[in-house]
Amino acid sequence: MVVSMEALRMEARYAPGDILQLWKRNMLAYRRQPDLLVFSTIQPVMFVLLFAYVFGGAIQTGPVEYIDFLLPGILAQSVLFGSTQTGVGLAVDVTSGMIDRYRTLPMARSAVVAGRILADTTRNVFVVGLMLGVGFLIGFRYHGTVAGAIAMPFVAVLFGQTFCWISAAIGTSVRRAETAQVASFVWLFPLVFVSSVFVPVETMPDWLSVVAENSPVTHTVNAMRGLALGTDFWEPLIKALAWMAGIMAVFVPLAVWRYRSIQ
Amino acid sequence: MAGRTGDAELMADGSNGSSPIVVVRDVHKSFGDVHALAGVSLEIERGTVLGLLGPNGAGKTTLVRVLTTLLDPDEGSATVAGFDVRRERTRVRPLIGLAGQSAAVDDTLTGRENLEMVANLYHMGRATAAARAGELLARFDLLEAAERQARTYSGGMRRRLDLAASLVADPEVLFLDEPTTGLDPQARLELWTVIRELVATGTTVLLTTQYLEEADQLADEIVVIDHGRIIAQGTAADLKARSGGEHLTVRVSDLAALEQVRDVLEAEGDGPPTVDEATGTVSVAVSNGPARLAGVVRRLDEAEVAIADIGLRQPTLDEVFLSLTGHRAESEPADAPAGAV
Repeated sequence: MVVSMEALRMEARYAPGDILQLWKRNMLAYRRQPDLLVFSTIQPVMFVLLFAYVFGGAIQTGPVEYIDFLLPGILAQSVLFGSTQTGVGLAVDVTSGMIDRYRTLPMARSAVVAGRILADTTRNVFVVGLMLGVGFLIGFRYHGTVAGAIAMPFVAVLFGQTFCWISAAIGTSVRRAETAQVASFVWLFPLVFVSSVFVPVETMPDWLSVVAENSPVTHTVNAMRGLALGTDFWEPLIKALAWMAGIMAVFVPLAVWRYRSIQ
Repeated sequence: MAGRTGDAELMADGSNGSSPIVVVRDVHKSFGDVHALAGVSLEIERGTVLGLLGPNGAGKTTLVRVLTTLLDPDEGSATVAGFDVRRERTRVRPLIGLAGQSAAVDDTLTGRENLEMVANLYHMGRATAAARAGELLARFDLLEAAERQARTYSGGMRRRLDLAASLVADPEVLFLDEPTTGLDPQARLELWTVIRELVATGTTVLLTTQYLEEADQLADEIVVIDHGRIIAQGTAADLKARSGGEHLTVRVSDLAALEQVRDVLEAEGDGPPTVDEATGTVSVAVSNGPARLAGVVRRLDEAEVAIADIGLRQPTLDEVFLSLTGHRAESEPADAPAGAV
């Protein structure tokens, strides 16, 4: 692969418009296949209800109501699981030949992946809003500042966006949509469960709690809880943002490079 | 528009309209142990149709992918309109159109939206993009279906939409990779008409096909490729002459007589006869056809074989392929990974 100055100039000039085109295309797909949107929202809402009512009584979270503890965790879990759709969608485009068409067009090379992720992030905004609404209906309440209440769902959306890039690198590296799905869940499940998403980390065996304490998921969820509950959030937030920056630094170039070298 | 700019710069580069618009020099490409291209060189003159003919796995698609900037060659070089496909891909892309083996259309978008999206990605401007989409929908007889999602289209309609998308920017060179594979005969004939109309407007076309008839119908020049190498090149008439000129064909109604006929034609002809049991015909290349015809009739009469039909004719490209490669074009199994050849 040769990267010329001309290619970089073209990238800077056309990327915003091309990303918007691809965003529009993916949003139309969501609108015309309502089943995609229904399933990507039903599952998170079901998780909120199941965990709140089934596990709520059994899990001790100290002075904090379990629903107040749970909701930030469930938001993070939903955007993580949702990020798998980025890779699946890209793998479908590889199989169908759409990617070949895009790659022969004089368009920005980042646009196909970035436009896809922008659409998935838009969907995440919708899903996070819906889950907050359901949470409020079953008793979730903010206990912190207004700024914290506004920032909390934003952190979730940003976190989801970060993992979309990992998913994109997977989706452009495998040949089939099914493979992209499995290849994502295989590591996402342990990552989500070995964290503070559903239970306090202290309840895990020592060796596991060490892993959980340093997980990007734990930092992000702790920051979101701090913002929502009005407790300390700066330290986990900085660690979470550092994780996100690190992941992006590796996976944005990797995803774009994988996209360009699809054979 | 981008296409025009590139062309103007090409002229400024010192190239001119009479030099070949596509030049391929000794291109090699391997996938693991499979040598998809083992040193291919060719040129395409402006405004002509080159038919790249070969069985599955011959390397046709690999060459198309190299020329459309999708794949870097391992060795060798290729230029389109004077621009190197590896080092100047941003110059090449505005000048080319590709319609691939699987119609690359977005199922959830309507026909019109598909074309408008492609036009927008060529950065045409909203009004121009809309106008261009409308124009192409009309030209490819898709206006009635324009507002329907592409998922509802028939195979032939999808190919037409795919072809329309490849023509959005009025490309200098159009690459058609097996454009009619999988279409029914009616849809194939329709697509041939569309391609002929395109060629009449001066577009340069590289067409790959497994169908010998298709190359014969559409191409000015035919390049026969097998196992990543060019094994023959010329007009359809050249290639026919090369496989021994005229063919003498005998058809029998009693299939039991096929073996006898084969022996007679082997003795009278210039090469090994081909036997087609399905149609009950045996065929062989001959020189001095009329004299041979008389000889064959006499021998078959002596052997008391009933002839249903006998005659001299030009060879089909299928027979050309057989005489060039020693195997039939259609029976070659794919020997490279799917999607990679």
